[in-house]
Amino acid sequence: MTDPILTLTGITKSFPGVKALNDVSLELYAGQVTALIGENGAGKSTLVKTLTGIYQPDAGEIRVAGQVVTLPTAHSASAVGITAIHQETVLFDEMTVAENIYLGHAPRNRFGLIDWRKMRAEARETLDAMGAGIDPDIKLKELGIAKKHLVAVARALSIDARVVIMDEPTAALSQKEIEELYVLIELLKEDGKAILFISHKFDEIYRIADRFTVFRDGEQVGKGFIKDTSQSEIVQLMVGRPVEGIFPARNAQIGDVVLEARGLSHPTEFDDISFAVRKGEILGFYGLVGAGRSEVMQAVFGLTQPSAGSLVLDGRTITPRSPADAVEAGIVYVPEERGKQGVITGEPIFKNVSLPSLRKTSKSGFLRLAEEFALARTYTARLDLRASSLSQNVSTLSGGNQQKVVIAKWLATLPKVIILDEPTKGIDIGSKAAVHEFMAELVEQGLSVIMVSSELPEVLGMSDRIVVMREGRMVETIENKGLKPETLVRLAAGILEEQAA
Amino acid sequence: MKNLIKQRETWLALAILLVIVLVTLRFSRFSQPANLLTIFNDTSILMMLALGQMAVILTRSIDLSMASNLALTGMIVAMLNAAFPGVPIPLLLGLSVVIGAGLGAFNGVLVWKLNIPPIVVTLGTLTIFRGLVFVISGGAWVNAAQMSPDFIALQRGVFLGLPVLSWFAIVVAALFYVLMTRTPLGRSLYAIGVNPTASVYTGIDVGKTKFYAFVIAGAVAGLCGYLWISRYVIASTEVAGGYELTIIAACVIGGVSIAGGIGSVAGVLLGALFLGVINNALPVINISPFWQMAISGSAILLAVVLNARGEASKGRIILKKAEAA
Repeated sequence: MTDPILTLTGITKSFPGVKALNDVSLELYAGQVTALIGENGAGKSTLVKTLTGIYQPDAGEIRVAGQVVTLPTAHSASAVGITAIHQETVLFDEMTVAENIYLGHAPRNRFGLIDWRKMRAEARETLDAMGAGIDPDIKLKELGIAKKHLVAVARALSIDARVVIMDEPTAALSQKEIEELYVLIELLKEDGKAILFISHKFDEIYRIADRFTVFRDGEQVGKGFIKDTSQSEIVQLMVGRPVEGIFPARNAQIGDVVLEARGLSHPTEFDDISFAVRKGEILGFYGLVGAGRSEVMQAVFGLTQPSAGSLVLDGRTITPRSPADAVEAGIVYVPEERGKQGVITGEPIFKNVSLPSLRKTSKSGFLRLAEEFALARTYTARLDLRASSLSQNVSTLSGGNQQKVVIAKWLATLPKVIILDEPTKGIDIGSKAAVHEFMAELVEQGLSVIMVSSELPEVLGMSDRIVVMREGRMVETIENKGLKPETLVRLAAGILEEQAA
Repeated sequence: MKNLIKQRETWLALAILLVIVLVTLRFSRFSQPANLLTIFNDTSILMMLALGQMAVILTRSIDLSMASNLALTGMIVAMLNAAFPGVPIPLLLGLSVVIGAGLGAFNGVLVWKLNIPPIVVTLGTLTIFRGLVFVISGGAWVNAAQMSPDFIALQRGVFLGLPVLSWFAIVVAALFYVLMTRTPLGRSLYAIGVNPTASVYTGIDVGKTKFYAFVIAGAVAGLCGYLWISRYVIASTEVAGGYELTIIAACVIGGVSIAGGIGSVAGVLLGALFLGVINNALPVINISPFWQMAISGSAILLAVVLNARGEASKGRIILKKAEAA
């Protein structure tokens, strides 16, 4: 057996409150595709960022062809021959294909200026060798995503990369384009590149990969050859941990249906989504990233308009045309991107909390600060928010406390349905438990909760029923009783039952 | 954050005092109350316009058409006054606000409904409004002899020792203070400037809020149209040409962030006063008009540098002891 081109040993990387990578190792071999498999949050992206020089590991060693290297910058990563092709390509739309391929290492003429003729000729040569059929002189923006991937691959070839990382390259591609990508990967293999292939999709992994490595919660939990391993064995490795015990007990009385969606559809994002959430119920939405869960919730919240289908709230059909309409009706949404979509950073806590309730706290058109403070105090106290004062700027709060500010803001509007999109993403374990406990309290008080989550333990630990989505469609709605994590993963990834059995 | 803004305003006030003291050393009558009141009165129109501009800039927008709006509205009310001297002045005053607001609403609708960047919209209307002044006046002037005595007298009157023009500025400033700190609209103007995405998710209609900002700026520009014409007793196509940049300069010096979301009424008033004091002081101590422009320009750059330093992110607070501080 040959020696690996790239070896990672003992890589550890921590962020405040989270150990993203814990003593992981990885080997990549020339001319072979290694699949990196793991749930969301298993540490895959952190590893990619460590390999491309964006993050620095706290401990551990990276060897390229036996030599220990450090990768302090993205440039040093490409200098040792590591290149990455991302889900959404990070190339430059306004530049030509040739410029994109040679950005940073363009051939120079004897005056030290860019040798355009040579650059174009070489770009054309590389592209033709790949059978890409792309004109190097057109601007990148004129190409579709699949063709952009080809340009990224050409770039990888041109800088003589030894290691090519593909981070969910097929996420935005059509089936035909995926087939073309497979051909390309074969080409790279023949050329002796070591490929790290990150994907959620088992059919792809079994189609293209030679080896696999499974990550779970920042640790490497298994590796081997794809041909010797069944899908269910890999699923077992991905989820194999006890999930009970850390979630609050629930004693909510489940009542009548509060919000019902019937056949919600959107031209490009989702199709025929129907679900109902009852009083006192937590309805979980599980699926892989990009399955269309958040998009459905944004339509329910009035951020986008569905092209078909209807929403019924307390027996009345509603058509929210804006978030203001949805809030008015009693539906609120705690978005996934806390910093960007949730809190108004730079403003104090109390202004954030009172913002959607200003009509209630003001009198004949004028704000009353005392009422605002009272409102903010009531709801932040219920959430056990830790802050020195309500005038403190939210940007100085931790992620968990910012999340509490967003939730307090919505509770103050006295909603009927609260939608939580990845409510514990990126917050530390202690705050996670607090958010979970609070969700249990909300339903006890008779609210309905819709929880979009990609974290298996959270979905299984908190939901009464679970809607599984895949590629913009509903797969199934299941009662969460004695449900095995494997079942959910299988449904979400589209693995057939008999194959896994 | 609050302390920081306060500090910035304090520093600006000190800078104004410093200029006054320095000029007084050369020219002792400069700091006499009567002269200072004159400077305040001279700056009144700029203060009002800058407040209107602030409402727009807070929302990450800009209104380049304010001076043209002022000229057009001023020309309309001046021509009305010349043609129908009997129309009562309060009616003309009200009309100027309505016309100005209408022109502002035109800007606002284009920004709101067609989603055109504000700088492009108002660059267009800057020219359109100015062109309309030519169209309705045929390039002719309305001069003092054609205006009715009441038309000119109103802003020159004195009430409680202050010219009425100054009172206009004081009342408008008070209204803006209430608008910005005590109404939901004011709160929304800041919120969408700081974080437009989160504002959408919170249920604020960002487009509509920008529309209101443009209407407010337009209304102020219209009001100032009447005040400007009656003060300088001439309505021509040249009125307030290029003044839009002075208005923006007053905002910037006053600490309004061009990136939106930051700015205060007090800061903007001081910013306008600073320009007013400089423009009044420099001729007194015989500095050439060229140097006046250079000094005003330097003040703008200095203000931007100071603001940028003030707004620079302090990074994350990780240390416990830093949190307490």
